[in-house]
Amino acid sequence: MDKYIKTPLLNINNLEAGDYVYITGVIYSARDAAHKRMYEALMSGEDLPFSIKDNIIYYMGPSPARKDQIIGSAGPTTASRMDKYTPRLLDMGLSGMIGKGTRGSEVIESMIKNKAVYFAATGGAGALLSKCIKESKVIAYDDLGTEAIHELYVENFPLIVAIDSKGKNLYELHAQIS
Amino acid sequence: MRNISIEEIISNIKDMCIEANYKLASDVDASIRDAYDKEISPLGKRVLGQLLDNLDIAENDLIPICQDTGMVIVFVAIGQEVHIEGGFLEEAINEGIRRGYQEGYLRKSIVSDPLIRNNTQDNTPGIIHYDIVPGNQLEITISPKGFGSENMSRIYMLKPSDEDQGIKKTVLETVKLAGPNACPPIVVGIGIGGSFEKCALLAKRALTRDISIRSDKPHIRKLEEELLSAINDMGIGPAGLGGRTTALGVNIETYPTHIAGLPVAVNIGCHVNRHVTRVI
Ligand code: SF4
Repeated sequence: MDKYIKTPLLNINNLEAGDYVYITGVIYSARDAAHKRMYEALMSGEDLPFSIKDNIIYYMGPSPARKDQIIGSAGPTTASRMDKYTPRLLDMGLSGMIGKGTRGSEVIESMIKNKAVYFAATGGAGALLSKCIKESKVIAYDDLGTEAIHELYVENFPLIVAIDSKGKNLYELHAQIS
Repeated sequence: MRNISIEEIISNIKDMCIEANYKLASDVDASIRDAYDKEISPLGKRVLGQLLDNLDIAENDLIPICQDTGMVIVFVAIGQEVHIEGGFLEEAINEGIRRGYQEGYLRKSIVSDPLIRNNTQDNTPGIIHYDIVPGNQLEITISPKGFGSENMSRIYMLKPSDEDQGIKKTVLETVKLAGPNACPPIVVGIGIGGSFEKCALLAKRALTRDISIRSDKPHIRKLEEELLSAINDMGIGPAGLGGRTTALGVNIETYPTHIAGLPVAVNIGCHVNRHVTRVI
């Protein structure tokens, strides 16, 4: 079913694995190196560079923008590389993640406990996805280049609910059918 | 002897890096279109439709097809009557990559040390494989390789008694493990024979072959066809969300091997399977 939702993500119980979703609002990009830094910041008692509660992290590192562009190609990277750091962020209120590929069992358990959703964006469709990004600015870890944290304003960003807050996993469902 | 200047090599490499990242090789493009027509899963068809739109946007609006513009794999076949003038070949190739990634607004994804992990900021070095061949030309193939799919690749040192059944089992196992991470529909490059490193190189080379062209060895051609249909029966589908289009092509390259061995390498390529060849 097609659903149109806004960030911050407040009502996620009605999102079900398999739903086709268009998101509008602010989301934050972070991938490997930014996750490592956020994790280290938390370990040493520092704050995160943005408020994570009810927000969405997009696992993405864009290609450079041309002068007349807001951002370059901007598709998802493999989510499971962030699994090690994710339960901690979910405990702090992170409510949505966007990436590609399935998640580990610890992440899924933490998603159920904390009521969070994992969305799949289509891997390798970075040009198409970049068209839905209307604003982009680097808000932290500038020195990480493409891996810096970007605050993005997206409009009708096309996603599929891959794992919902009850733990229903679209990837697993297909594994069973085949 | 024929002289080829490094300037000519630099500018060709630069253009090839840009071309590969903005316009998909025609064999892969055609096969995604074909898959879109045939896909029966509604979600799978929707994903394939996105990929087709993505290719149009990339070309028309000058946005790279994928943000992971890859590590540049370069195959160079050097005619033994060629003389390179004006500098070193390897430096010229890396300079071409440097300029292509800078001028083409491509992502710089290379770290200088695998553990310290500082970005080299210019996407160099590439990974360069040289062959010395007869003639007075230089044939260059470049293939920017994304690591979502590279990470899902495997090598198996099988036993001769494993035969083609053992090969099939390992390939299907690799594809299953790759699942959605490799951005299906995938292209599967397989190297069989040689040694530990040779089979990996064959698998990489296989990914640069046109996927509409089958092996000229009948038993290998049969294996390619059987594997493609077995992979597409797995149901992984576009983006790993279910469907019949899991692989666009299976290419196998082989080489003689030792009486005691059957090395098999499976190199997974995503649907953004970029490759450009030029002869200078
Ligand atoms: S695996 Fe391929 S399509 Fe997927 S993100 Fe990497 S380069 Fe892009």
